[in-house]
Amino acid sequence: MLQVSEELCIGCGLCEESCPFAAIAVVDGLAVVGDTCTLCGACVESCTPGALTIVLAEKSGATRLTDWSGVWVYAEFRKGELAPVSLELLGIGRQLADTRGVPLAALLIGAETGDAARQLIGHGADTVYLVEDPALALFREEPYAAVATAAIRRFRPEIVLAGATAIGRSFIPGVATLLDAGLTADCTALAIRAEDGALLQTRPAFGGNIMATIVCEESRPQMATVRPKVMKALVFDAQRQGEVVVLDTTAGQLASRVQVLESVVGQAAEVNIQEADILVSGGRGLESAEGFALLRRLAEVLGAKVSASRAVVDAGWIPYPHQVGQTGKTVAPKLYIACGISGAIQHVAGMQTAETIVAINRDPNATIFSVADYGIVGDLSEVIPKLIDKIEELRQR
Amino acid sequence: MKICVCIKQVPDAKEVRLDPVTNTLAREGVQSIMNPFDEHALEEAVRLRESVGGEVVAVSMGPPQAEAMLREAISCGADRAVLVSDRAFAGADTWATAYTLEHALRRIGDFDLILCGKQAIDGDTAQVGPGLATRFAIPYVACVQKIRHADATGLVVERMMDDGYDVVAVDYPVLLTVVKDINEPRVPSLKGKMKAKKETILHLNAADIGAEPAAIGLAGSPTRVVKVFPPEARGGRAMLSGTVDEQVAQLAERLRRYL
Amino acid sequence: MDYFLTEQQQMIVDIARQLTDEKIIPHRAELDEQHQFPREILKQMAQADLFGVPIPEAYGGFGGGCLDIALTVEQFGRGCIGVGTAFAANFLGVYPIIIAGSEAMKEKYLPDVATGKKFGAFGLTEANAGSDASGIQTTAVLDGDHWVLNGTKQWITNGGEAQIYAVVAITDRSRGPRGASILVVEEGDPGFSCGPKEKKMGIRASSTTELIFKDCRIPADRLVGRQGTGFITVMKTLDLSRPGIGALGVGLAQGALDEAARYAKQRQQFGKPIIAFQAVQHMLADMAIGVESARALVYAAARHIDAHPKEMSKVSAMCKAYATDVAMKVATDAVQVMGGYGYMCEYPVEKMMRDAKILQIYEGTNQIQRNVIGQELNKEYS
Repeated sequence: MLQVSEELCIGCGLCEESCPFAAIAVVDGLAVVGDTCTLCGACVESCTPGALTIVLAEKSGATRLTDWSGVWVYAEFRKGELAPVSLELLGIGRQLADTRGVPLAALLIGAETGDAARQLIGHGADTVYLVEDPALALFREEPYAAVATAAIRRFRPEIVLAGATAIGRSFIPGVATLLDAGLTADCTALAIRAEDGALLQTRPAFGGNIMATIVCEESRPQMATVRPKVMKALVFDAQRQGEVVVLDTTAGQLASRVQVLESVVGQAAEVNIQEADILVSGGRGLESAEGFALLRRLAEVLGAKVSASRAVVDAGWIPYPHQVGQTGKTVAPKLYIACGISGAIQHVAGMQTAETIVAINRDPNATIFSVADYGIVGDLSEVIPKLIDKIEELRQR
Repeated sequence: MKICVCIKQVPDAKEVRLDPVTNTLAREGVQSIMNPFDEHALEEAVRLRESVGGEVVAVSMGPPQAEAMLREAISCGADRAVLVSDRAFAGADTWATAYTLEHALRRIGDFDLILCGKQAIDGDTAQVGPGLATRFAIPYVACVQKIRHADATGLVVERMMDDGYDVVAVDYPVLLTVVKDINEPRVPSLKGKMKAKKETILHLNAADIGAEPAAIGLAGSPTRVVKVFPPEARGGRAMLSGTVDEQVAQLAERLRRYL
Repeated sequence: MDYFLTEQQQMIVDIARQLTDEKIIPHRAELDEQHQFPREILKQMAQADLFGVPIPEAYGGFGGGCLDIALTVEQFGRGCIGVGTAFAANFLGVYPIIIAGSEAMKEKYLPDVATGKKFGAFGLTEANAGSDASGIQTTAVLDGDHWVLNGTKQWITNGGEAQIYAVVAITDRSRGPRGASILVVEEGDPGFSCGPKEKKMGIRASSTTELIFKDCRIPADRLVGRQGTGFITVMKTLDLSRPGIGALGVGLAQGALDEAARYAKQRQQFGKPIIAFQAVQHMLADMAIGVESARALVYAAARHIDAHPKEMSKVSAMCKAYATDVAMKVATDAVQVMGGYGYMCEYPVEKMMRDAKILQIYEGTNQIQRNVIGQELNKEYS
């Protein structure tokens, strides 16, 4: 718990300022901790007099950390294809493994994986642990979690990374639970702490309003998921050498109480805004579903896909798969045109890695302008039609 | 059928802004709300009870103030509610939260179905639901967008995937996490509000649920926050100037390489 | 302002407010544009128990009075009076049953109304009987144990959507006003049909049709109350329902004020938000005075009616006429504050202005309301 030293506290209120959760307040010259405290430690850092400490209960049975070594990436394979995020993870995984001076391995689970192992090696893996069985063709939580857990227990990697995809987010938490391991979701940066080699996992928290760096100090493996398009894959190198280790499965591992009746590829693929090079994105400033129609015309002219802020999705103008941001998708298109989006931090968290950002907003003080490369202050109903005309004109020239 | 819905009280992210001057959170008037995904889980639980019968119990781990949210859950159709609350739970990560909820649920009763929102909007981890099911050693299906069929023995559901959806069948007991597309939550009913006002909310603390002190709260969390800091602004802004026509012309020129 | 509502009334307001914000406002533009009846929203209202508010407790309702229903429809009116009208007109069709229906009739219909399973409409107006209801041509003739209806009702709200229609028909032409009766016609009765939906200036989410009776045969027990008491029941029904129309006006005016004030804070001209200009401030201030005074009168009138059900005509007429005149004025001013934007369909105030007009016309034009008030004054000072 968070302890306040009555002797040291001078009631200066620095802690109050620093707390992201409004959980500490100065009452009668003394800091008082409220029930919403999450023990994040922001106040401890801010407290110049050093009056705040986080007191921990004794831990029992800590893992022997030195028994665990190596970096693993879960390679997601579905319907004959590797998920691009797996290759991106090999990119960051390579850096982490090299810093630690340990090998990088990929854990490939699926059926008829073809040359996927080759691709993983070409993108940076030293070893591919392959678990292949027809029973793993369709994704089911239980067998995937069972085979992954068994492999991790056997080879004891210190770090396990997975893509924050539908599949990764579904079974990786189960694996972490079975291993009693710490798991950090949606990391945007991963690094090795110099003094003890621990994995520094940085992720947005509280709707992206603060960034938090997280470590697992006393347990292994250290597990993290990363969203697609956050990390960069290495260029494929056909000459790279690596080893493929085939792992056996047991009937028990492959058993599942969940039965997949049908796998439908649909709508979601058509609106995969993460794959788009250009996104035209609409926010509350569009005022109405009609305003959205204007946006679609701009997207058509640009050959872009349409995305939206959460407010617009909540208003029902466009379905959820189009949502960009902390609770939607993270996108990194070449061009992102934000129309009538105020730039709430949770939205910005989902699009700030776009190559070029254009913001069009009526409010000159909208925070979106602070992340934009180009900004136009004006009314969408005036600016967008003019922009459409101008682009068509440029095209014809 | 006995249905448990796990719900969490979260700050309303829509109202949270960074103060551009001090770069701290402008939290004036930020209200606590029921996690939006959990509203959909609760709605689905109530609909299931309406179609196949049974009981819906809403369970939340959180500070004493979360009781108000549990009353809201009752006004929206939950039969009763349990608040799992203890200062010792503070600082729990997803592992310690799943541990705590597991012990609480074991104490409350046997459930055929546990429903959770896909994730909470303050942490966005989507880990507690799967973690909880794994602790119970029951199957789970994450990101359910539709329950196609429900009867006394099991469910057929659609699970959202990145490239579409899977149709899966599973028997009870099972845990589902749901996405927002699954339904449109109802507003509270007048009868529900009246019931919510009168209902006694069961409070359980760490001792009540038989939790090990070393496994709860910050002590029980494998992950530790070591640093918090404001996100970096991207910067590099170039406001275009002139009339709207001039600005549009400048912009279109600069975007030429994307055409 | 604090109107000292009871705990239950505050609950009703909270539920209706949430429903308006979450279920009505996001869909109102679409409903208006597509002339679409809000079936889904009415389902949500039923689920929230709001159809049970004015139904007596013995029939599964909450036994609420005029004020309770006014509080409910005020919120709906803030979102969309088209939706609010559909909800309110349901009770117009049900009040005659509550006021004058037999025990058996109440048991037959009211529980289903309270849960939203059945929906009502009120068939009074005809082509030649508007403000002057004595011009009614529709007839009902007793033939054995059945009534046979002939005639056409015009501009009936919820026509084609309701299952229960309280229809005013002449059962004895020789007795003048004492020859009118109310009968309940059900959806699907032989010889009963509804005309096509009318196209309207506003409240496009509500359904307005003709009710057509061609030798429509209904069982004798569908007569509401005694034969010949139709007009008295009509007057009581309208007296009870008018504060609801006033409340729709209060809601609409509040919604228009909200939009205009928010816009005025945000819109910059000459380097500052336009709310900083006195010309705009004064308009907003007058709008706010109108809204609050209309609300105060509607609530006071509704409370008076709940306490003194025998003397309600004058206060009922006063609050209807005043609150709906305010609604028209405030909606028009909201468009003015918002200037060109206000006139555009992207913003909701142009719809509010189109919608507001009907409030001054239906359930007795505001001129008729003033007649009622004038006649009462004439009596009081005699």
